[in-house]
Order: sequence, then C-alpha cells, then structure tokens
Amino acid sequence: MAVSLAHYLTVSAVLLTLGIFGIFLNRKNVIIILMSIELMLLAVNINLVAFSVSLNDLAGQVFAMFVLTVAAAEAAIGLAILVIYFRNRGSIQVEDIHMMRG
Amino acid sequence: MTDTVPVLLQTIMFYIFAVIAVASGVMVISSRNPVHSVLFLILAFFNSAGLFILLGAEFLAMILVIVYVGAVAVLFLFVVMMLDIDFVRLRSGFMRYLPIGALIGGILCAELIVIFGSWAIAPGIAGLKAAPMTPAVAHGVGAVTNTRALGDLIYTRYVLAFQIAGLILLVAMIGAIVLTLRRRPDVRRQRIPEQLARSRVQSVAVVKVPVGGGVAEPAEPAGAGE
Amino acid sequence: MALAIVFLPLLAAAIAGFFGRTIGDRGAQIVTCGALLVSMALGIALFFLVILPHAEAQSVPIASWIVSGGVDVEWALRLDTLSGVMILVVTIVSAMVHVYSIGYMAGDPGIPRFMSYLSLFTFFMLMLVTANNFVQLFFGWEGVGLCSYLLIGFWYDRPTADAAAIKAFVVNRIGDFGFALGIFAVFVIFGSLDFTTVFAKAPTATHTVIDFLGWQVGALPLACILLFVGAMGKSAQIGLHTWLPDAMEGPTPVSALIHAATMVTAGVFMVARLSPLFEYAPLALAVVGVVGGTTAMFAASIGMAQNDIKRVIAYSTCSQLGYMFFAAGVSAYMAAMFHLFTHAFFKALLFLGAGSVIHAMGGEQDMRRMGGLWRKIPITYVVMWIGALSLSGIPFFSGYYSKDTILAAAWASGTAVGRYSFSLGTLAAFMTAFYSFRLIFMTFHGETRADHETMHHAHESPWVMLIPLFVLAGGAAFAGYFTEAYFVGDLRQWFWHHSILVLPQYNSLAAAGHLSGIIIYVPLMAGLLGIATAYLFYIADPAIPPRLAAQYRAVYLFLLNKWYFDELYDRLFVHTAFTLGDGLWKTGDERIINGLGPDGIAAATTELAREASRAQTGYVYHYAFAMLIGVVGLVTWYLFPR
Repeated sequence: MAVSLAHYLTVSAVLLTLGIFGIFLNRKNVIIILMSIELMLLAVNINLVAFSVSLNDLAGQVFAMFVLTVAAAEAAIGLAILVIYFRNRGSIQVEDIHMMRG
Repeated sequence: MTDTVPVLLQTIMFYIFAVIAVASGVMVISSRNPVHSVLFLILAFFNSAGLFILLGAEFLAMILVIVYVGAVAVLFLFVVMMLDIDFVRLRSGFMRYLPIGALIGGILCAELIVIFGSWAIAPGIAGLKAAPMTPAVAHGVGAVTNTRALGDLIYTRYVLAFQIAGLILLVAMIGAIVLTLRRRPDVRRQRIPEQLARSRVQSVAVVKVPVGGGVAEPAEPAGAGE
Repeated sequence: MALAIVFLPLLAAAIAGFFGRTIGDRGAQIVTCGALLVSMALGIALFFLVILPHAEAQSVPIASWIVSGGVDVEWALRLDTLSGVMILVVTIVSAMVHVYSIGYMAGDPGIPRFMSYLSLFTFFMLMLVTANNFVQLFFGWEGVGLCSYLLIGFWYDRPTADAAAIKAFVVNRIGDFGFALGIFAVFVIFGSLDFTTVFAKAPTATHTVIDFLGWQVGALPLACILLFVGAMGKSAQIGLHTWLPDAMEGPTPVSALIHAATMVTAGVFMVARLSPLFEYAPLALAVVGVVGGTTAMFAASIGMAQNDIKRVIAYSTCSQLGYMFFAAGVSAYMAAMFHLFTHAFFKALLFLGAGSVIHAMGGEQDMRRMGGLWRKIPITYVVMWIGALSLSGIPFFSGYYSKDTILAAAWASGTAVGRYSFSLGTLAAFMTAFYSFRLIFMTFHGETRADHETMHHAHESPWVMLIPLFVLAGGAAFAGYFTEAYFVGDLRQWFWHHSILVLPQYNSLAAAGHLSGIIIYVPLMAGLLGIATAYLFYIADPAIPPRLAAQYRAVYLFLLNKWYFDELYDRLFVHTAFTLGDGLWKTGDERIINGLGPDGIAAATTELAREASRAQTGYVYHYAFAMLIGVVGLVTWYLFPR
C-alpha cells in the first residue's frame, strides 16, 4: 500500500519511545541519556516534516530547523557539563551520580 | 524526484530507511560499547535524512547530515573518546526496571493507538490520512526549490525566531567555553595587554659609555616585566 | 460608724500588707492593733448606742453590686442584735489576739504579713456577719476561708503546714459547694437573694417542691440542708471536720482567733441568721440537731486521747460547736448564740494560754513532756483554770450558763432529736470536763516530765501577752453571769428583737424554763464527775491511764487515731482522686489527646515527609521515569471525554 502519513508517524512514535526508554533503561553512563535525547528530537523532527508535507505548509519544516538548532546547542552544553563532571568526579556511571539524593 | 521515481521504489526505499533507523535506535540504547552507540546514532541520522529526502524536504535532510552528523555526533564521539569510558558489564539492575518499563511503554503505546484510531479529521481534508505522501512539487513557472521556499519564509515571516535561534547558539557557545575552559599552570603564554602597556622607562635605559670603558652590569630597570 | 468598724481592719491589712517592709515590724503591729482596738471600741459603742435602741434591723447601704436580670445584689451592712453580738465577739477577740501576737510572734521574720493577714481576716469576718444578702455572706464566707488558708500555712517552709493549709481549704471548699447550691436553691425558690425579702416570703414557701430527676423534694428543707452542709465544712462538724486538728499547724494566735472564736462559729451564726428559713423546715433542723449532737460526742471522745495540747483544745472546739448546732436544731438559736458568745471567750483564752505554755516551754507542745509547771508560770496557770472551769460548765463561770441552757432546751423540746442530742450532749459534757482537767493536770501538776534544760528556761510570758489573757479571762468568768438574762433569760425577746425567729410551737427555750426535777442537774453532775475522774487518773493514781489503754487497746487506738476518719477519707477520696487524675493525665491527656493532637500530628508529619523523601533518589533516570509516568497519566486523563 502506498506510504501514507500514518507510516511516517509510526516511525516517529517508535523512535520517540526508543528514546524515552533509553533514558531510564540504560545502566551504563550518562552519555547514553544525551544520545537518547537526540533520538527523541530526531523523532519529533520526522513528525514535523511529515505533517508539513501532508498539510502543504512549510511552517513545519521551519520549525524543524529551529528544533535542530536548539538540539545542537543543548548537546554542546550537555556535553560540556558532562566533561566537567567527569573532571571532578572521575566517573560518569549512572549509578554513581546520586549526590542530590534527598 | 518523486514524480520520476515509481511509487513501488519509493515504498521500498521508505521501508528500508525506516527499518534501519529503528534498528539503529535500538542499538544506540542497548549497545555495550559507547563508541558503537555513537556510530549507530550516526546511522540513525543518515537514515532519517533519507526519509526526509523521500518527503521532499531536501534542505532539511542535508542540514541534518551537516549539523547533526557532522557536528553533534562528532562532538559526542570526541567526548566519548576523551573521557576514557570503560566497557561496563550490563549491571543486574537492567532487568529490575524492565517489567515496569514495559508496562508503561505498553500503556503509552496503547494510548497512541487509541488516539490514532479516534482521530477526528477536520471536514474538508478528509482522506488526508490515507493520502499518499507525494510532496507537492510545483512545476513550471514559479517553481522554487525547497531551499528557496524555506529561505523565503525564514527571512520574512520567522525572522525573529531566526535571530533568537542565533542568540541561543551564541549563548551555548559561550556557556560551553566558560564551563570547560581551564588554564594550565605551566604553559607559557603571552599577556598582550601587559606587552602593550609597557613604557619606554621600563625597557630602555640610556647609559653614557666612556671611551674604552665597557658597560657595567645594568641595574634592573624600573618596573621590568617578565 | 458601722462602715468604719468593717473597713478599718481592711485598711490596716492593706497598709501592713503592702507597706510592711517600709514601716517595719513595729509599724505594722501598731497600725493593725491600733485599727483593731479602734474597731473594737466602735463596735461596743455601736452595739449599745445604735443597735439595741432599735427594734428593727437597720441597713447601711454601701454600693450596688450586681444588677443582672432577676439577680439584684448590693453591698450593704445589716445591723441588728445578731450581727451586733457577732461584731462584739469578733472585734474584741481579734483585738486581743492582735495584741497577743505582738508578744507571741516576736522574732518571726514575717510579722507584717502576719498582722496583715489577721486584719484581713477580721475584715472578711465582719463582712460576713453584717451581710445583708446571701452573696455578701458568701463573699465573707470565702474570704475567711482564704485567710484561714493563708494563716494556717503562714510558716510556708514547713511541708506539714502547707499540707494542712491545703487540707483546710479543700475540705472547706466541699462545704462551700453545698453552700453555693443552697444559695442557688434559695434563689430558685424566692427569686431574690436579699435577706429581708427572703425572710418575708419564707412562710409562703413551706410547700414549694423542687423536681429532681422525677422526685418531688421539699424545696425549703433542701435549701436549708445544703446551706447547712456549708456550715458543716466551716464549723468542722463530723464528716467535714478533718481539717480542724491539722489547722493547729498554724501559729497559736491563729488557732485562737480563727479556729476557736470566729471562723468556725460562722456556721452557727449562719444558721441563727437564717432562722426565719430554718424554722419552716423542720427536717433541716432535725438534720442540724443530729449532726450537732453526734459531733459533740465524737469530738469529745477523741479529745480525751490526744497528747498535743493544741489538738485537745481543737477537738474541744469541734465538740462545743456541736453543742451550738444541736441547740439550733431544737430551735434554741438564742442559746446557741449565747454559747457562741461565752465559748469565744473561754476557748480563745484556752488557746492563748496554751500558747503561753508553749512559749514558756520553748516550743514544746506534747503534754507528755510537760508537768509541774504551775510554779513556773503561775499567771498562765490561773487563767487556764478559769478557762477549764468555764469549759466544763462549773456554776458561776460563763460556760455553765450557756451549756446548761442548751442541754435543758434540748431535753425540754421533747422531740426525739432533742432527747438524742441531750444524751450525747451530757456524755460529751462528762468527756469535756475530763479532758479539760486532764490537760490542766498533765501540763501543770505532778512531777515534771520535761527535760532539765527546758524547765530551767520556763518563764512567764511578757505583759503584752498576759493582758489579752486577763481580758479574755474576765469575759470567760463573768460574761455568762451578767448577760444570761439578755441572751436566753427573760429579757431575751427584747434583746434579740426580730433578728432571730422562733416559731411558737418550737419554743424550746421557754419550755426549758419550766423544767423541774433532777434533769436540770444532770449536766452539772456529769461535769463534776468528769473532773473527779481526771483527778483520779492523773493526780491520785497516774498508773490507771496506761493500764486502761493497754487493756482496751483497740478502743484507745480508735480514739487516738481520730476514729480513723483521715485514713478512711484517704482511701475513699484522696486515693481515688489521685488515681483518677493520674489516669486522666497519663492516658487521657498524654496518650489520647496529645497523641491525636500535637505530638501525633508532628510525628505523622515527620513520617510522611520521610516516606515522601524516599522518592528523591538522586538518579536522573528515576526522575525521568517519574516524568514519563506523569505524561502517561496526563494522556490517560485527557483521553477519556468528560
């Protein structure tokens, strides 16, 4: 059958879910969390572009570009924080990061 | 492109790109080696770019490759390499969260399906859901490329958002530098302001030298620098 | 003038109380004694110049107090023969006690406080006797109770004194509760608390009934009995008598003033004052009579076995009050008042004399360690003889007239209560004479049992203590002979005017005048027999008392331990109250109320907070998971149409 909007949305949803699971299912290190965030943003981008094409409105693609911009900025800052944290703590194992335990 | 490539090929291409993207997503979060995770992320990006091209948003696809893959993913790779992260055994806690995670995921999934199924389409554009995704490619006079169309919009209607996006990038750059910059104690470097602030008194001393006599060991000029 | 009499002591009390430190001991003594002597003089003048010439009661209004709905109470002084007699008694005895205290309390660190309390007490007592309505009477009633507490516990660093003061106040309180209920009942019956109004309406209320839980109770007898309960507490009648012996913890002048002459007689005064009410409630009078008679016998029996000189006199007071009450019980109020009058003199005399003995013995109060003192303190010895003779009812001395009249009236009344009171009263007369002379013989006669040191220092009291003794001795000796005709004799109707009401069918005094035969002399014979027995036991053959005590050990212990009333009350009431209080405190208050209230809520809050803080694990992915659950929740919420 022809590829319709629903297909693209399904792909987007699956990627989103994968990203979400990646955040709390990972037991390794914090970089995985950052990468999961990128995955989620990617899924959102796919969603936006699919709708943009489907509704014949370019605003979706414009917004996708801005999402891209912000994702890049956020990745940079996130990694910078990670680097300093590693410098101070020496470990980025997820299980070792619980200084804010209440 | 879509009006020259047959529909069947488009469908196949879509499935290939989609499956590989999803598969790499799974591998990103479950790979043991973090470098592998990053590489799989890059693969996911590439395949998404492919999906974008299928949709006719070629500018965005290229931007995805250049910015995401070329900058962000490489940055990830830098950090992963730099931090010397150990391979880690899959700790036992993974299994503890799986049931409840699966449960929540299942609920989310079910809800998404419900939303899908009960989607109320606005009258007038019924059939949009099932309509084939053929991007509207204009022909003839007045046809513009995707890039040109986007540019038309960004610099006129969304110029404010564009500027703010620029500002965000600036702030991010400054932030990253401020966070991670550190001065090494034993590296020599120039201090330009000091060099420029040096005065004649500090550097040159005029000595009257008698004929035949040498120059005595000069006294420390006042305010000598380095 | 009446206002001056009542308020001078208050003024003196205020000055001595607040400025005691400024004016010093001497100043306080001068101010209070001066005020009391002036009050006494004015009292005598008032009696002869103002009260006697007038047949009806006079009223000296002061101010309005409560004007609220149906309750209309004012401050006013009621002057009639009854209050006049009481004013005389109170001011004379109080003045004498004030002067005596100058000598007795010399060297005590709290003299201004003592004198202030004495004067304050006098003020309250005067308010009580000149009250024009029930509420003012109650005001004075409570006030004397307060001063009694203050004075008994005067040496407040002595735990026994503190306990005795509290005991006095609490037992009094129980009586006061009955008194208050009686006042309420009076108000319910008559709608007014003014004496004049209530007395006028009394004859019409004889058939009023109060509905109590479905029972029809005679209202007037009920009110009178409740009021009498108050009198029982104040006058230490059997049941509420336990505080009087312990009140001897206070200084001796206090015992003389309060617990012999004035406060304890307030109950008798009240019954006499309310004679217009009691006359119409024969049931109440019967109760009064029975209680009085029983107390007379009961207290005298205990007095026989006591070894503390002050306790003997205290139980004697209790017993004599019983006499006064059973006199009232047979409607011989005038005889009761007569006995109150004479008793005030000789009992105060006995107490102050005992104080003189204690002073001479350097603080020793146990008679078993006295003896052979008559040579050392002859003046005290003589006045104590006068007091004892008066108390025992020997002819010519005051007590004879009043006591015999009472017993004669009791017999002559012809009622069962009267005959019962007569028998117990006569028995008590025997016992009274016995213990009075036992006291004299043990204290003054025979070989001394005191140690050499104390005997060496035994000396007569200073003049400032002896002069009041002389005045009181004069009263104890002569008051009865000269005033008998006025109080209970042929001139009594003119003397009392309308201050005491006696209905014709209950006129036992008149009947007493017509008695003949041996019965008149029975009390006298009982008294002489008592003296003879005391002589036998303590002079002639001192070995008899120990032998009797050993032979009838149970009886002896029973009497010595005051019929075990204190132990009974302790088990019944004190113990129960403490247990109840403990239970309510530990369980009720601490566990239940605190547990549910402040402590419980605080603990629950801490617990809750601790449980809630377990969600803060510090792991970012936990938080992300929580966010996800939240998102799912939101989506679920919005999914279902409302």
